[in-house]
Amino acid sequence: MKNMMEVQALTFTYNGATEPSLKRINLPIEKNKVTALIGPSGCGKSTLLRGMNRIHDLYPGHRYDGTINLLNSDGEAYTDILTIKKEAELIRLRQRVGMIFQKPTPFPMTIFENIAYGLKLSGVKKRTQIEEVVEQSLRDAALWGEVKDRLSLDARSLSGGQQQRLCIARAIALKPEVILFDEPTSALDPISTLAIEEMISVLREQYSICIVTHNMQQAARISDFTGFMYLGEMVEFDKTETIFMKPSVKQTEDYISGRFG
Amino acid sequence: MRLILNRLFLIFSSAAALVGLFFLAWILFTLCSKGLAGLSLSVFTNDLIDGGLRNVIVGQLMMSGIATFIGIPVGILAGIYLQEYGGNTKTTEFMRDLSDVMMSAPSIVIGTFVYAIVVVPTGHTSGWAGVLALFILMVPIIVRTTDDMLKLVPTELREAGIAIGASKYHVTMNIVVRYAKAGILTGILLAFARVVGETAPLLYTSGSSQFWTTDLGDTFPSLTVSIYNLATMPDNEMVQLGWTGAFLLTAMVLMINLLGRYASNKKRR
Repeated sequence: MKNMMEVQALTFTYNGATEPSLKRINLPIEKNKVTALIGPSGCGKSTLLRGMNRIHDLYPGHRYDGTINLLNSDGEAYTDILTIKKEAELIRLRQRVGMIFQKPTPFPMTIFENIAYGLKLSGVKKRTQIEEVVEQSLRDAALWGEVKDRLSLDARSLSGGQQQRLCIARAIALKPEVILFDEPTSALDPISTLAIEEMISVLREQYSICIVTHNMQQAARISDFTGFMYLGEMVEFDKTETIFMKPSVKQTEDYISGRFG
Repeated sequence: MRLILNRLFLIFSSAAALVGLFFLAWILFTLCSKGLAGLSLSVFTNDLIDGGLRNVIVGQLMMSGIATFIGIPVGILAGIYLQEYGGNTKTTEFMRDLSDVMMSAPSIVIGTFVYAIVVVPTGHTSGWAGVLALFILMVPIIVRTTDDMLKLVPTELREAGIAIGASKYHVTMNIVVRYAKAGILTGILLAFARVVGETAPLLYTSGSSQFWTTDLGDTFPSLTVSIYNLATMPDNEMVQLGWTGAFLLTAMVLMINLLGRYASNKKRR
């Protein structure tokens, strides 16, 4: 089976920086699998993730070199997303590659509108269709039971864990092909964390997932593949079991056993 | 020793607060006792020529209202530009500094400026000149509050909007501005409260009229300028009317301020 995404020899330099923050990174994102990125703070894992939907482009002056291939919907050929220039195509890319942030980011709207917003922007107009998708997304995000009677309340009235699940519902409402999680549970309590982790393992059946995490146990629990990054380089990438049981690079072993980082 | 210092500091700061409050209470008390004495229905039904304040209250509100109506879109759009589109360049910094300077510019200077560019060429005072002066006075306030309120919007929210496939325009209008809505509204109310009580910018621009008019092309009735005029009259009845006007103006400004407070408290809820 073909990979959903392929990062190839990606070098990324922030605006004004002399040294690149990512150095010739290679990373495959397999279809319907969870790929985790681990590594100490500042190693570039979030930078890499934020390249995969080109959200860096919100700020001018950054530089990409290399290739990030995304499988076309025909499942045959790839498109290099770094060649995209038009805003309309970037918007299309972000609808195909969704993203969940560290802090829950509910929009200042009602719970219903939070999910309907992206749909409306993508051109869905029929009210009944929007209602259907909103309900389905909330069900998939295991939130429907908790909010179905208060869809017209401000989304910011939800608890942190609920807000994060709302953000996931909002992302999957657009039927993306890939979902990027940027430390989605580091601002949440253990119970909310567990709920999100369980959801990720269900979402895997429909979506390809890449998750950045500080929590190595989390990576071990939920991912199929793990990449260990250090100082802007991909030190080791392999099946999660291999990375955690018998890593082939000494640095990886040191990090995983808690000797540094 | 530390305890004594603590005590002293508490005593001095309380004393300072009391001095401030004392004068404030004095002003309010004088204003209420003298202003309320002349308050009657005829104040609201008669024009200044007949011993009432109807035309000047309407005139003041009209000029402030129109200035606000034009000032809101200009101020908000400029604020959005500074925070969302300008980036951290020298130009935006310069524009910010300029707004700050404009905000603290003495209002009489603005009045004189409008006098020079509008009243002198047209040969007479007019409502529009007054509107222009108030507009110049309030735009920088709205610009800076919008700018500051948008700055408080978390970056993650903008990124989340982009990540859901919204364009920069949609993120700005539907998410960022909506998030900062209560703060911006407060800024607008405070700016309105500021201009509605101004005398200096209107003194040479709109002047004031004793008669009912809604023609902004002409010399226009103004409450604040009338208070100034009435206070200097020899006739006791006129002075009394001035006190009543001052009381009404203060009550109005106070109410708008409280409304602004209420709006900003609601935001923090």
